[in-house]
Amino acid sequence: MYVSVKGGETAIGHAHAWLAEARRGDPALPELTVAQIEEQLALAVDRVMAEGACADRGLAALALKQARGDSTEAAFLLRAYRTTLPRFGYTLPVDTGAMAIQRRISSTYKDLPGGQVLGPTFDYTHRLLDFALAAEGLDPPPPAEAEQGAQRMPQVTEILAQEGLMAPDAPSNAEPPDLTREPLAFPANRALRLQAMARGDEGFLLSLGYSTQRGYGNAHPFVGEIRMGEVSVEIEPPELGFAIDIGDMVVTECQMVNQFVGNAEAPPQFTRGYGLVVGQNERKAMAMALVDRALRAPELGEEATAPAQSPEFVLYHCDNVESTGFVEHLKLPHYVDFQSELEKIRAIRARWFAERTE
Amino acid sequence: MAILARAGADALRAHLAGLPALPPHTRLRGPEIGLVMLRGRMGGDGAPFNLSEATATRCTVEMEGRMGHATVLGRDLAQAELAAAIDAALQSPALRGPLLDHVIEPLAEAQAEARDRTARRAEATRVQFFTMATMR
Amino acid sequence: MTPGFDNPVLGAQSSFRAMLHALSHPGRIIRLADLPAAPAPLAPAAGAAALAMCDADTLLWHDAGEQAAAWLRFHTGAPWGAPREARFAIATGAPPPLAGFCLGSDEAPQDGATLLLQVAGLEAAAGWLLTGPGIQHETALCVTGLPPGFVAERAALGALFPRGLDIILCADALIAALPRTTSIRERA
Repeated sequence: MYVSVKGGETAIGHAHAWLAEARRGDPALPELTVAQIEEQLALAVDRVMAEGACADRGLAALALKQARGDSTEAAFLLRAYRTTLPRFGYTLPVDTGAMAIQRRISSTYKDLPGGQVLGPTFDYTHRLLDFALAAEGLDPPPPAEAEQGAQRMPQVTEILAQEGLMAPDAPSNAEPPDLTREPLAFPANRALRLQAMARGDEGFLLSLGYSTQRGYGNAHPFVGEIRMGEVSVEIEPPELGFAIDIGDMVVTECQMVNQFVGNAEAPPQFTRGYGLVVGQNERKAMAMALVDRALRAPELGEEATAPAQSPEFVLYHCDNVESTGFVEHLKLPHYVDFQSELEKIRAIRARWFAERTE
Repeated sequence: MAILARAGADALRAHLAGLPALPPHTRLRGPEIGLVMLRGRMGGDGAPFNLSEATATRCTVEMEGRMGHATVLGRDLAQAELAAAIDAALQSPALRGPLLDHVIEPLAEAQAEARDRTARRAEATRVQFFTMATMR
Repeated sequence: MTPGFDNPVLGAQSSFRAMLHALSHPGRIIRLADLPAAPAPLAPAAGAAALAMCDADTLLWHDAGEQAAAWLRFHTGAPWGAPREARFAIATGAPPPLAGFCLGSDEAPQDGATLLLQVAGLEAAAGWLLTGPGIQHETALCVTGLPPGFVAERAALGALFPRGLDIILCADALIAALPRTTSIRERA
């Protein structure tokens, strides 16, 4: 319990003024523009956009600037802002199969239609600090361009499904639950779990995904495919009655392929874990796919014993705006609570000493 | 609409500049900024789920008795209003031809070129495996 | 198709404020300042209230015909719903049985619908005497153009309290509220 106390207004005003100055930093240095953040800290922007659950790179960049680079605080700002906007409706599900590919790799097939397309990746860099970036350097040379563009790339899971080796995701147009409309409730179906994880904290999902690989939840995953690029977004406004294309959105998708021993109803085959994140964020898409597969344990008749297999554990704790709210609320005045604790401990101590002197 | 949705207000204005001014329009709704909930499919091909909200701007106008509508991703109010006005004007037989020639087609070409450049860059990063069959 | 409020945000806010004021002072006649060009037979006040209150998450029932339906759908995004499930309802003519609207539940009485009931005229004059929360002594309200038997039908819902139906009477640009807690006494 916490009680409201008055008297801090002047101090708060002064603290905010100092915060504003601290955010700006040394005024002798030029101020960062939002466009610079959007362009040059692109992955930080994408992370804030995903965790803020509001896909808008300009807003995410502004939030990062205001939050002094604190990604959780920035996600919080974005979540707060989105509540001021009306909801126009739902888009049609994006077709990741028709993605304009920037990156697409598979660790299950070397030669697959469309090939292994590396795209703008940190993989194969040597992780050596590049001091040339510290000096204001020259613009990098433009990247190479092939004569022909990349061809259409079928999804790896399609290849496995054609052989009957992959448990299909039943095609369905069932209306999914929406976390932004109804609070989280259990049992949570897979659609709700995916929504919660797509906006969940990258670090939390990464750790949980890692735990499934280390034996907390029996997983033996392969990266069936990771792809990143633009998908077109379509809506169907009721006043028009047909779908219109409203623009492109960069998303990252990961299909994890896992073994499944089979059961009375289903033969042994592969099953999948799925990760989809707005923006470029491969690590999160992979972690999400691992945890998605772990959370499917009960439906596949597997024993669920590990944290990553517990929907309550994962979903109640993956949201960093919620988590930070409850952890940081401990900073609020708890004077009355603590007074009662003090009285109690004094009374118990007095009894303890009294018993010893008897 | 797909082409107008991918062209910012500046690009739309620049392409409209070579044409006589569009007839005046009245705003029926918007331009206003709001959210659409993006959806994906489980496993890429299964049942839909809600992925994330995204900002969008929509506008509906009336021009000489014709309704024009636009919804575009992002927060460009001027883009949505211009796109809605162009949508209305495209329904006019007299305006359709010049608009297609001077606005829609040049924008479509520029967008296709940008898409193609990305695809060619991606293709340049495709791994060319060497076959090891002849090694002993 | 006609536009909604001149300024959607300010129009919705001022209409919301006016409705709040009306519901806090049952029977008091409030004139709405921002009125949209609502198509007939929608009264401007009913149109303003709908624009302020309804969105894609509120089912809306009305009897205002196709043109008004298109206008309401376009500007509010609210889907049409049967009286039993609608959160808001607009009756431009005689409403369906009041007990047939959503009245909420004992656990969630706030789920009861709000009915915007269009009438011919509202006047602060002899007719009804209203009492209840929000009224210090009595408020006089004269309503013209109501279907016969309205007062008795509404009074019958009183037994279901806290469940019930909140009604906002609309006449041109005027509104007056009859929340479920207000009692109506008809002067002989």
